[in-house]
Amino acid sequence: MQYMLLMVAEPDDALNEAEPVKVVGQQAPSADDADEPCWMPWAREVTARGVVIKDGARLRPATTATTVSGRDGEALLTDGPFAETKEQIVGYNVIECADLDEAVDTACRHPVVAQLGGRVEIRPILPD
Amino acid sequence: MTHVEAAITEAFKQEWGRVVASLIRMTGDWDLAEECTQDAFTTALARWPADGVPDRPGAWLTTTARNRALDKLRRSKNEAAKLKEAAMLAGPAEPADTGDSGVTDDRLRLIFTCCHPALSLEARVALTLRTLAGLTTAEIARAFLVPEPTMAKRLVRAKGKIRDAGIPYRVPPAHLLPDRMSGVLAVLYLLFNEGYAATAGTGLVRGDLCTEAIRLARVLTGLMPAEPEASGLLALMLLTDARRAARLDADGEVVTLDKQDRSRWDKAEIEEGIALLDAAIRHRQTGQYQLQAAIAACHASAADPADTDWAEIALLYGQLRRLVPSAVVELNRAVAVAMADGPAAGLAIVDALDADGQLPDYHLLAATRADFLRRLGRFDEAALSYRKALQQVATEPERRFLTRRLTEVTGQAQAGPEN
Repeated sequence: MQYMLLMVAEPDDALNEAEPVKVVGQQAPSADDADEPCWMPWAREVTARGVVIKDGARLRPATTATTVSGRDGEALLTDGPFAETKEQIVGYNVIECADLDEAVDTACRHPVVAQLGGRVEIRPILPD
Repeated sequence: MTHVEAAITEAFKQEWGRVVASLIRMTGDWDLAEECTQDAFTTALARWPADGVPDRPGAWLTTTARNRALDKLRRSKNEAAKLKEAAMLAGPAEPADTGDSGVTDDRLRLIFTCCHPALSLEARVALTLRTLAGLTTAEIARAFLVPEPTMAKRLVRAKGKIRDAGIPYRVPPAHLLPDRMSGVLAVLYLLFNEGYAATAGTGLVRGDLCTEAIRLARVLTGLMPAEPEASGLLALMLLTDARRAARLDADGEVVTLDKQDRSRWDKAEIEEGIALLDAAIRHRQTGQYQLQAAIAACHASAADPADTDWAEIALLYGQLRRLVPSAVVELNRAVAVAMADGPAAGLAIVDALDADGQLPDYHLLAATRADFLRRLGRFDEAALSYRKALQQVATEPERRFLTRRLTEVTGQAQAGPEN
């Protein structure tokens, strides 16, 4: 099964200052770099457990967001995220794993949950 | 009821959950599994009177339901159905359970899946009653006092989530088991309490929930005899249920434990509960259900309220509080301590709770405090606490009781503390 992990947290330096490194596929990043972003050990760990990280990225803060909403056949543009809350969507990952139990385990290990007190919404991806 | 009808009723009670559970494993389709199990019972109703009751009704029903499922899948033009049919014919694909025995009863997979923490608590309860116990949607709706369409929607949504979110159909692996086990026990306990807390009026339907909860707990302890907390929960249910008949008087008013006619307690349930508890305790893994069952056993084994071992009960509440830090447990401990060591000792515990700002809106805190003060002859303070409890109380019988006590202590306060 494929799941999207939507990371939700209050914007945090640890997330914002981390170098964006993209992990795709099964090759686990190996370099044990002192400057590596906080989620890199997570990527290594869950990959070693058999989870495939298909895609993922961090997002720029919600101050840069633009929301487009459809109303009466027209698109309305607003500055900002679709919901003004203290928490923002800070990033996402698309993973492939056996079942929801494994997806939950993967999310629990992510630094957003394990270190930053944020939340991860786990959404199954519709198959083609 | 004819002999065959009785056999079918019995088979429904014993086998429904087992047949559904096996069909879910074979087809991976919860709706199809329920439908075909229902069909198998309908076929039994038509065939057993003529053919006789089969030696192994469960096996007969499972085979009939399986054939029905294959039939339905075969006739479907849908590609996915064809794949399922092929998978079923290829034999049982065993889920990756990590049980010790190697053979896992499908009902265990079903229990753990129904009680998966990714489902809402109400969904877990409804699913367990529908798929494992075989209650109809209408019966579950009545038991939980919601309209039938609401309950139907809840069930559809829960089954949809299991299917689409990839909730696995298995007994969880060892590292998840303790957590998931307590989740299963919580569902069964809630089910029992829903039935037990109900009073007259809807009593009949809701009392059935107690029976169902006990039946499900029996299945669980039968399948996992080495889980002391499961046995502890079954013991707690039996020891509590034993008092059911004595709990309401002729007018439907609640009768408190000390006023109940103990000859109306169910002795068989009490004996079974105590035996289960004794066996569970030998595992030396204490837990909240075993402790609560031990408290219930103290009450159940006292022939007269005056014989109650309150010191032991106070001790057990003390242990329970360490496992489940809860102000309500501490309040219960205060009551037991007051019975064992006098109202002053109980009052000290209640005042500590009060000082901590625990349970600020809970009428039983003020009512308990009032009772201790009354017994100490401090009638003015008792009256104050009764008034506070009366502002917070929700049910009529309790309001009547508190008002009666308030009148009593007000009279005594005017007569002077020496009376």
